[in-house]
Amino acid sequence: MSVQTYTPQAFHRQAHDALGNPQIRSNFRRAMDGLMDKRRSVFSEWDVETLRELGANIRLRALSRLPDLLEQLEANCQANGIRVHWAGDGDEACRIVREICQAREAKAVIKGKSMVSEEMHLNAHLEAAGIEALESDLGEYLVQLNEQTPSHIIMPAIHLNTDEISDILHDKTGTERTRDVDAMTAAARAQLRERFMAADVGISGVNFAVAETGTLCLVENEGNGRMTTTVPPVHIAVTGIEKVVEQLRDVPPLYALLTRSATGQPVTTYFNMISGPRRADEHDGPEEVHLVLVDNGRSAIYQDDELLDTLRCIRCGACMNHCPVYTRVGGHTYGTTYPGPIGKILMPHLMGLEATRDLPSASSLCGACGEVCPVKIPIPDLLVRLRKESVGEGRGNVPGAGVKRNRKEVFAWKSWQWLATHPGAWRAGTGMAGKLRGLAPSTLRPWTDYRTAPKPASTTLHALVKRHRQDHDTTGESES
Amino acid sequence: MTPLKQYPPRPDKVYFYGTCLIDLFYPGAGLDGIRLLEREGIEVVFPDDQTCCGQPAYTSGYHDEARAVAAAQLDLFPEPWPVIVPSGSCGGMMRTHYPQLFAGTGREAQARELAGRIFELTEFLVHVCHVTLTDRGEPQRVAMHTSCSARREMGVADTGPALLGQLEHVELVEQARAAECCGFGGTFAVRHPEVSGAMVDDKARAIEEAGAEHFVTSDCGCLMNIDGHLEQQQRPVRGEHIASYLWRRTS
Amino acid sequence: MSARETILKRLRERADGALSAPESDFSVMTGRGWTPAERLARFESMITAVHGEVHHAARGEWTQALAAVLRDKGVTRLGVGREHPVAVEARAALADGGVMLVDADRDIAAWSREQFETLEAGLTSTRGAIAETGSLWLWPTPDEPRRLSLVPPLHIAVLDAETIEDTFFDVVEAHGWAQGMPTNALLISGPSKTADIEQTLAYGVHGPRELVVIVRHADAPGQADA
Repeated sequence: MSVQTYTPQAFHRQAHDALGNPQIRSNFRRAMDGLMDKRRSVFSEWDVETLRELGANIRLRALSRLPDLLEQLEANCQANGIRVHWAGDGDEACRIVREICQAREAKAVIKGKSMVSEEMHLNAHLEAAGIEALESDLGEYLVQLNEQTPSHIIMPAIHLNTDEISDILHDKTGTERTRDVDAMTAAARAQLRERFMAADVGISGVNFAVAETGTLCLVENEGNGRMTTTVPPVHIAVTGIEKVVEQLRDVPPLYALLTRSATGQPVTTYFNMISGPRRADEHDGPEEVHLVLVDNGRSAIYQDDELLDTLRCIRCGACMNHCPVYTRVGGHTYGTTYPGPIGKILMPHLMGLEATRDLPSASSLCGACGEVCPVKIPIPDLLVRLRKESVGEGRGNVPGAGVKRNRKEVFAWKSWQWLATHPGAWRAGTGMAGKLRGLAPSTLRPWTDYRTAPKPASTTLHALVKRHRQDHDTTGESES
Repeated sequence: MTPLKQYPPRPDKVYFYGTCLIDLFYPGAGLDGIRLLEREGIEVVFPDDQTCCGQPAYTSGYHDEARAVAAAQLDLFPEPWPVIVPSGSCGGMMRTHYPQLFAGTGREAQARELAGRIFELTEFLVHVCHVTLTDRGEPQRVAMHTSCSARREMGVADTGPALLGQLEHVELVEQARAAECCGFGGTFAVRHPEVSGAMVDDKARAIEEAGAEHFVTSDCGCLMNIDGHLEQQQRPVRGEHIASYLWRRTS
Repeated sequence: MSARETILKRLRERADGALSAPESDFSVMTGRGWTPAERLARFESMITAVHGEVHHAARGEWTQALAAVLRDKGVTRLGVGREHPVAVEARAALADGGVMLVDADRDIAAWSREQFETLEAGLTSTRGAIAETGSLWLWPTPDEPRRLSLVPPLHIAVLDAETIEDTFFDVVEAHGWAQGMPTNALLISGPSKTADIEQTLAYGVHGPRELVVIVRHADAPGQADA
């Protein structure tokens, strides 16, 4: 399988390729259909709207106190023996992680699943420093073996089918080819157990960081997260600054929402709450635990009342599971760490609107993402806001604001505005369009690549209503 | 999602907001909507100066232009009568986005007041008129595509099917993934034609595979998209606005 | 300025001004009102749905259930603590059997590879369980370290029926978790699993392949094993 890099700049080409790839189409369609069904059934016994309201509320409360909570988190983590580091951007975060590794003369790092580390391009950074970083989440492991990036934030290898995975395990690890998922899983288990034992450092993400108790919560099914945070002598947790919650009691609702929204599970196999390295009397667990708090654009998003909602996200992936665009083009097409609807509203802040110019527009604004978001992020509204920023009519609070403004388009909208605010001209114009309908073009690309061209009716509604009124007045009765 | 709406008693008069797509491309659907209301004994007022709700510019990010156009619509409905819109998309724009668009301006209160009396046509027929329909048509299997705006922005996914359900000789078939977008999305269809094309192809196929002989929708954007695709593909199944279908079968 | 100061300053000097914090209503997370029997039934159905195996035993006879599980699974090397009553009773009951009891309360450096490669099962107590989601509540201790429930392919957990509570929220609140968290707190709901290969569920990817819960009943005579 050839290695391909994806960029947001090439969205159109990548979408074209994905749409023309029946394997990609069927892999995603099948997976997304399954995930939507599972979410629906797992929420059936809940008052899901009340729960979502609570989830949104908890995240808003945390964000409203963010600087205080970060300081509280830091103080409580430190009291628990966790060392806390702050990073302004991804490079700084990479450097911090690398220096912790180097201080321990680490050569081998094992990683639990962490999207923030993907965002930072941590693996490449560590490898450049001679430190091997191996992913241990099965999906991440397969994607890494295949020299790819995750195509989904929860299910990184969802773009691959059984046969492709069998080939990858065969080609990269010498595993005998099989279609037996248990056999492939067992092979990966054996390969990774060796690596857990040998790892000098374990690196994980964080699902919720609890300020009140200085606790890092990890949600997972495989046990690789527990292995990563328990077996190596050093554990480094990397997280965005927005992941903090105020109290421990805020965690059960968010956890309930996360697992149900993500994979339709009522609960994951493991909920792992870490409040410090091993104490003197303990016999296992890491000797050192570090927490790296990464800003990387988040504090900029935080400034704006509307954009702030982006930071509520708990990274469940439900928006992509329910997105008709994501379902058709898959995760790689977006060319960004976070794909799908959340990627479309988050990545412009991280990469600028120029690089991501085709992302905010790549939505029919159908609202399916907003409808399922467990913390009620108004994703369609945020997409509209980013479009507004792109054409230079926003507040200029997003990097690259105004990048898509061009004279031709502005002129078109201004003309439309003039017509729609001059009703006499509107009626004359639309009436004329009907009279000239024979001249209407039959090809209006790209619309007519997939549809016939719309033809103006011979009479407008304005004219029809007028006639209807006249008939009505003459006959003096209703027409039924 | 829109909170549960409190519905008013049946009024004597309503405004009708035809929408630009209907005005230009599907005027018959607008007139049929007016007739359905009039048959319920309601006087329908059609402000002659209506043009467009402003949504195309709004979703494209051109909010100054959208606001100017929306402002011109705000004054068209001075009496406190309900405003009936035969489109979830334009109705959603007026109900949900007008208050956002005018927030912090001198017209915010006016926009809010108007938003509170915007009703989608099928919603109004079901929840306010409590309409009873007598089917005079031939037996037919029909699929309904509820627009995403009607479903999610206005929260009226059930009213179209409820009306069709009253038609004795109509069998309402449910297509696979009925709640999924048809791929129209205004400028989305031209900015991302291939993705939109893949979506409408799936939608048209689902309607056919459900065994429908005909389909109806409450939004002319979706209609233009799905019907235009079926026509281009030279498929026998075709569609129309639900107002026309209801009027034709019950008049 | 350090990154810390820069970040905090930017957050504090927020352009759109200070934010107000909404109040939260947690009532949806509690008040299930299940009877003990409903709680137990719910716990059992939830954890068995994800391949957890549940056995019931009278309080005084649970070690017989344990012995039966070990026999059925062919376990010859069982990791076990020394101080917890569960460990004490298990050790007493298994002293003369064919199962080698491996001390779990040792510095891991001394037996990390041995634990990975030769330990067939780990026995732990539990602090309680959650009916709603079928989850065990474990706080590893020096006596029952973190890896005892993670590394061996079989995890056997001993649960007292009366410690099952309705929801996670109820447990956190009733037991004052916020007043003092251990270094590691765990909820475990079934054996390790993955669906990363084409959405097909497979058990035992990194953690235990099997999870057996022995539910001890204080008052009822031991019901027949499930």
